[in-house]
Amino acid sequence: MKALTAMCSIMAKDMRTYYLKPPNISWGIIFPLAWTGMFFVKTGTGLESLQGVLPGVVAVAVLFGTTSMLAVTVTFEKKGRSFERLLLAPISLELLMLAKTLGAIIFGIANALVPVAIALGIGGIEGIAWGPALGAVTLTSIASTFLGLFIAVSVSEVFEAQTFSNFFRFPMIFLCGLFFPVSQLPLVLQPLSYVLPLTYAADLLRYSLGSENVLAPGLSFAMLGMFGALLFAGSLHCVRRRWIA
Amino acid sequence: MIEVRGLTKSFDGVRAVAGIDLTVDRGELMGLLGPNGAGKTTTLNMLTGLARPEAGTIRVAGIDCTRDPKAAQHLFGVVPDDSNLYPELTGLDNLTFCASLYGMGRAERTERARLLLEEFGLGDAAHRKFGGYSRGMKRRLTIAAGIIHRPAVLFLDEPTTGIDVASARQVRQLVRDLHRGGTTILLTTHYIEEAERLCDRVAFMVEGRIVTVDTLENLLSPVSDTHVLVLVTADPTTGLTPELERLFPHLRFEVVGAREIRVESRQPIAVGPLIREIEERGATVMEARRERPSLESVFVRITGIHADQMKREKERKGGGGGAS
Ligand SMILES: Nc1ncnc2c1ncn2[C@@H]1O[C@H](COP(=O)(O)OP(=O)(O)O)[C@@H](O)[C@H]1O
Ligand SMILES: [Mg+2]
Repeated sequence: MKALTAMCSIMAKDMRTYYLKPPNISWGIIFPLAWTGMFFVKTGTGLESLQGVLPGVVAVAVLFGTTSMLAVTVTFEKKGRSFERLLLAPISLELLMLAKTLGAIIFGIANALVPVAIALGIGGIEGIAWGPALGAVTLTSIASTFLGLFIAVSVSEVFEAQTFSNFFRFPMIFLCGLFFPVSQLPLVLQPLSYVLPLTYAADLLRYSLGSENVLAPGLSFAMLGMFGALLFAGSLHCVRRRWIA
Repeated sequence: MIEVRGLTKSFDGVRAVAGIDLTVDRGELMGLLGPNGAGKTTTLNMLTGLARPEAGTIRVAGIDCTRDPKAAQHLFGVVPDDSNLYPELTGLDNLTFCASLYGMGRAERTERARLLLEEFGLGDAAHRKFGGYSRGMKRRLTIAAGIIHRPAVLFLDEPTTGIDVASARQVRQLVRDLHRGGTTILLTTHYIEEAERLCDRVAFMVEGRIVTVDTLENLLSPVSDTHVLVLVTADPTTGLTPELERLFPHLRFEVVGAREIRVESRQPIAVGPLIREIEERGATVMEARRERPSLESVFVRITGIHADQMKREKERKGGGGGAS
């Protein structure tokens, strides 16, 4: 009960001070729009291909929305020492880190809704399986939040967190089959795709948003869950080793 | 209440804390006094669970904190040397947030936060952002944040360093009040007078070791019959002391600065002959003042470190403060 009070309060504070700030909200809307627009300009196709683009845009929106927040909620607070307060609080490190990331996970899901809502508004979208789609978005958000967390606890400066995030994010856009299938990648790069969580996220999103998937949905779910668990455990290990040194 | 045995911590092979033993009784106000770099903050960090000890044991209220550093954290209030609250939150929001970390419910924490803000003279600043507070206000709010959940044990790291004199006086009064209220307090300081004014017991910490720990009374008893005279000269007096010691064998001489000599004796010191001898050797005595025997003389005698030496070291790092 006491731990729950603490967790809710940590989440509410992060929401208020970081997530609900105008720059973050506009970023969540402009970013997916820009990606979609860019894709149309590049391929010269029209609205008929919206369905094919949507899963990739959703994945990008979630990935960027979540990972960029952790640099602030974790690395920035650690740098400013206010994170020490949280480490002194009588709640376990597991619950503390969950509270610190839950906000980002919800923020990621909200970010995913933006392109979906826009696509529905424009029209020409069909075959969305809402249940699996919500599951896919949630798992994608969890996995990319924990990826962001892992990066955020591995560095000590905010700019390092941002640089490292980009080091992962931009290659993943191309390696994970977001906008063209993994099978079109050079053969040597294809194994790399399958050790990146976003590959499974993108495939699962294609499956649930009415596009064609290549992997079994069950496999993608399991892989995303595994990535999430590993990254979370790795992050906790990092905090215990480096921050409580 | 707090029992520490053989506590040790190194950074890159350098011993920051070298196997200290320390006991703080329930309700006691214990001071950890030592110069900058003595290992005070590192000790507090290990006690509160922010740093992992290399060796040694920590027990607080019978709870083994060595095995599980989180086990006793609900009992702790921690006031760090540098304010670590959220600059973008208001004073009130900072306090209620800190209270919530200890599981305090909404109504209770708001009420207690308002009460503390009033008590700490921050009522008018309750709705202003912490980032815009003055140093003294920041320190007071940080202390309020440290006690909002009514901790049984309070750790204060250099509570008056870097703040103005009036705020420092206020902070010391707050600490006294908490002590009177029954809170067990362990505070660190590099101000000897502060330790002397506030603490029941004092531990002298130098280079990671506790060299002496005793009650204020016991620490002061060897000097209570000591007479101290400080002579300030216009010119440097280096090299003068061996001769003075030969002339006045019952006095102890010590050169403090280039222009200051400290004289100690068990008997009252006759000032006249002393000044004559010094002036005959070409130095003009500008000032001769008697000093009350204090913890300072004990500290100097035991550690060989002078008070102004400690202040210089610290204040270079930024901060005015000072005990007054
Ligand atoms: N995180 C750290 N990394 C490396 N050295 C450290 C660290 N923290 C403290 N030290 C060193 O340990 C010694 C004790 O420091 P500290 O506990 O801060 O002393 P105090 O609080 O008494 O001024 C100093 O020599 C300091 O440089
Ligand atoms: Mg210190």
